[in-house]
Amino acid sequence: MEIPYTVQPREDTGLYNAKVGIWLFLASEVMLFGALFSSYILLRVGADAGTWPHGLLNIPIGTVNTLVLIVSSVTVVMAWASLKMHNFARFRLFQACTVLLAMTFVGIKSYEYHDKFTHYEVVMKDGTVHDGHLVRQDDKVIVLKHAANYPSVLAHQHAQNEARRAHHEEAGVSHEHGDLTINRADTTKIENYGPWHNTYLAIYFTLTGLHALHVIGGALVIGYLWGPGAKMWRTEPERFTNRIEVSGLFWHFVDLVWIFLFPVLYLL
Amino acid sequence: MSHDHDHDHDHDIQASVRRYLIVFGALMAGTILTVLASYIDFGHPSVNIGIALLIASVKAFLVAGYFMHLISERKMIYSLLGVTAFFFAGLMYLTLWSMEPDSLIHLKKTHTAAIEQGKPAEAANHH
Amino acid sequence: MVSFDFASMQPTTKAPHPGEAHEVHHEEPGFWRHYIFSTDHKIIGLQYGITSLLFLLFGFGLMMIMRYQIAYPGSSVPIVGGLLQKVFGEMAAGGKVGADLYNAFGAMHGTIMIFLGVVPLAFAAFGNLVIPLMIGAPDMAFPRVNMASYQAYFIGGIIMLVSFFLPSGPAQAGWTSYSPLATVLDGSGQTFWIVGMVFLITSSLLGAVNFIATVIQLRAPGMTWMRLPFFVWAQFVTAFLLLLAFPPLEAAAVLQLMDKVALTSFFLPTGLSVSGAHAHVSGGGSPLLWQHLFWFLGHPEVYVLILPAMGIVAELIANNTRKPIWGYKSLVYSALAIGFLSFIVWAHHMYLTGMGTAISTFFQTTTMIISIPSVIILTALFISLWGGSIRFNVPMLFALAFLPMFGIGGLTGLPLGFSFADLHLHDTYYVIAHFHYIVAPGTIFGLFAGVYYWFPKMTGRMMSEFWGKVHFWLSFLFMNLIFQPMFAQGMSGMLRRMSDGGVNYSAATHPDWQGTLPVSVIYGNRLISIAAWCLFLAQLPFIFNFFWSIKNGRPAGSDNPWEATTLDWQTPTPPPHGNFAVTPHVYRGPYEYSVPGHAKDFVPQNEPDKKTR
Repeated sequence: MEIPYTVQPREDTGLYNAKVGIWLFLASEVMLFGALFSSYILLRVGADAGTWPHGLLNIPIGTVNTLVLIVSSVTVVMAWASLKMHNFARFRLFQACTVLLAMTFVGIKSYEYHDKFTHYEVVMKDGTVHDGHLVRQDDKVIVLKHAANYPSVLAHQHAQNEARRAHHEEAGVSHEHGDLTINRADTTKIENYGPWHNTYLAIYFTLTGLHALHVIGGALVIGYLWGPGAKMWRTEPERFTNRIEVSGLFWHFVDLVWIFLFPVLYLL
Repeated sequence: MSHDHDHDHDHDIQASVRRYLIVFGALMAGTILTVLASYIDFGHPSVNIGIALLIASVKAFLVAGYFMHLISERKMIYSLLGVTAFFFAGLMYLTLWSMEPDSLIHLKKTHTAAIEQGKPAEAANHH
Repeated sequence: MVSFDFASMQPTTKAPHPGEAHEVHHEEPGFWRHYIFSTDHKIIGLQYGITSLLFLLFGFGLMMIMRYQIAYPGSSVPIVGGLLQKVFGEMAAGGKVGADLYNAFGAMHGTIMIFLGVVPLAFAAFGNLVIPLMIGAPDMAFPRVNMASYQAYFIGGIIMLVSFFLPSGPAQAGWTSYSPLATVLDGSGQTFWIVGMVFLITSSLLGAVNFIATVIQLRAPGMTWMRLPFFVWAQFVTAFLLLLAFPPLEAAAVLQLMDKVALTSFFLPTGLSVSGAHAHVSGGGSPLLWQHLFWFLGHPEVYVLILPAMGIVAELIANNTRKPIWGYKSLVYSALAIGFLSFIVWAHHMYLTGMGTAISTFFQTTTMIISIPSVIILTALFISLWGGSIRFNVPMLFALAFLPMFGIGGLTGLPLGFSFADLHLHDTYYVIAHFHYIVAPGTIFGLFAGVYYWFPKMTGRMMSEFWGKVHFWLSFLFMNLIFQPMFAQGMSGMLRRMSDGGVNYSAATHPDWQGTLPVSVIYGNRLISIAAWCLFLAQLPFIFNFFWSIKNGRPAGSDNPWEATTLDWQTPTPPPHGNFAVTPHVYRGPYEYSVPGHAKDFVPQNEPDKKTR
């Protein structure tokens, strides 16, 4: 006995097996990302007043990434539609675009991550704070460019929490015009803007990191079905089309998560 | 499959393609809109949050409804997603209620209280 | 390792024909493809079954060592003391169970029994073995995903076992892994636990997707939803619980992993100090957040532990009373209700965390409500016995014992569900007694019943009735001797996770203190420990019986030795690859026993009506 309904839908449910499977899986993914979103909300609501930072992420870059994923969602559904119209070449073209867009997304994300890892906060022994991007560092000094100087840790925190969309200017702060060389011996803390820096960055890296893993995973599956997996088009075209639909559903879900991630992390 | 069936089939797909492109346009527009809206100060932060989530929900509905074909999908899938949404809401809401009960009533309370005391500025500025 | 006689399990997609040497598409697979990398649900079910039984034994072993420390605190453990010292060094100096080792064993006992033992056995093993057969399907909907799910389970198990050999030992913060303790403990034990859990959760998710899709899509023609055996319904609901409740724990595990490895502060509050020094973390996190995410899974998890066993018991009661189950519809709706409600009761594990009275009332209310469908299920099973021609074979003995044992376990949960009573009972031995009654003489008895019952379907032989009865009576006796006194211990204030068995809080050690543990509690520790070691001895007949009967058990005599109505018994023994030569057709419900006017006292589901022939 062969397993039925791998291609043809079952009459009473109207679905083929893999479609049931992928929706079940996506339901579990809703709970996974939902739990992380809930954690974000709880951490933010529970944070002491004035300690939740804003403006740490670059909005234009995030917007570009959002558009990249949206376009990839279109190409992935167009790839499936092409197969439904028996146009294999079109399918190949659209899916190649999907994978390229996925790689673009991850590339841009990596740039953003890099930007955070090279952004340093240096707390001096006298309580002042320097905040800027890394030029170079060794065991004696750390050199920052375009450093902003703050009279205290509290002032630094305050500036970041007030840096909402409308308040890009940070009052009462001086900026270095060139490079600032700081001796390690004069510092009490040197820390870059990684996930350890504050809970906002922690949840940012975790949410976007997990999302990026899903982007990569999805791109790998789509890439496989574009390459070696596409052999099935010749022998079982309908089953292959179903596979494209199912992998497309996963891809749309990944886009869906980003649709919420972007405003929550970048804009609010 | 008969030739006629193929034609109908293709026509359906063409109609779908048109729909996909319209949704694509709407998604682009929604993205631009939400970015622009984030620069406007509506007074209370929860208004910004509400608008951002509303736009995101509309975009999500478009992706789920049209790209994921949910709008013409089977009852079985709807019920699965409905149940999932209920449990997700439960997780979020009940946890919030347990951990930060004030966050659920606080804003409303202080907002109303401040208005009653004739202090609209304070009501607007609250966390 | 055991080798089963699966010669008749041909890897073809047709029913086996002897001498079909010209079959070119499918050659006889080698050992690896057949037994290790199989995609056949029956082999995968057996893989899960054997692995989980071994883990159950191992987890039991950990507890036996812990019980020695509880009974004789500070003494060298006999037999294994030397081995402990060799493996754990400082933590087991002198062959004694030090406090850290006690905590480590406690955390791993819980983790292994639940996630590596009971759930894989109850859900994955029995589900895989039986569901496709019971619904008339050739296999699970996604055979390769099925294989992947076992492999993920196996890897997760290895990771958990390997953690025992880390320099600072395995996880030590309870199976509940509360932060900040879990995060700030030295060493990688907790990290291994987290990574292991991610693999186990992945395995469960893949399994859940498979089971649900299979039951929805692959029911044979005529197998309507209300003709499904209750066992299938129970597994179906269990799969939904795993599907939707595990991901938040996976999220929490990721967050805790970030806390450990990336030095984030998801669960570490501002101002945290460790060992007297201010911790160098960003702070701003919440320990309560971990608890909520954990128990969001933790509570549905306990229904995952009980539902499959209820399913097995229902099958056995119908089969061995030779009459239909009473209240089939009530059972089904109750199982669905339990599944649904189980998602909104979780904070009854957290009454002492300082939540407000309104939300506490909410959780108390839902907790009380969820006891109703549980009682309905138990009642329906009890009523099913009325007027039955009861056959007291070994599987039935275990199924019958399940009923009062689960009754005790369930009813003793009620005081825990009220926050005012929980104030006194939280984190005491009362809680240990409560949940062990449900899982040990509850679920595990149901699972034993399942092993004895389905053994002849897989091997064509019966397990020894005599040794089965020895196994049953001794297990029943000793399980009650272990857990019954714990209710009293808990009520008199003995707390959980005390590595000295409460000696430092006893009336004998501190006669001038108030609220100390009475002598009876301390003495009770010894009785309980002895009962635990005897319980282990009582399992030896079972282990021997299981393996010996594969080759030497009394031949079953037919493909359906229990004269059962369900489709799993209407197949060859063992069922071949593809299960059914032709798709079965289902004509009636699952419990057509003693139907008036029929020659036999049972009518299989796929037997056509004489009229329609």
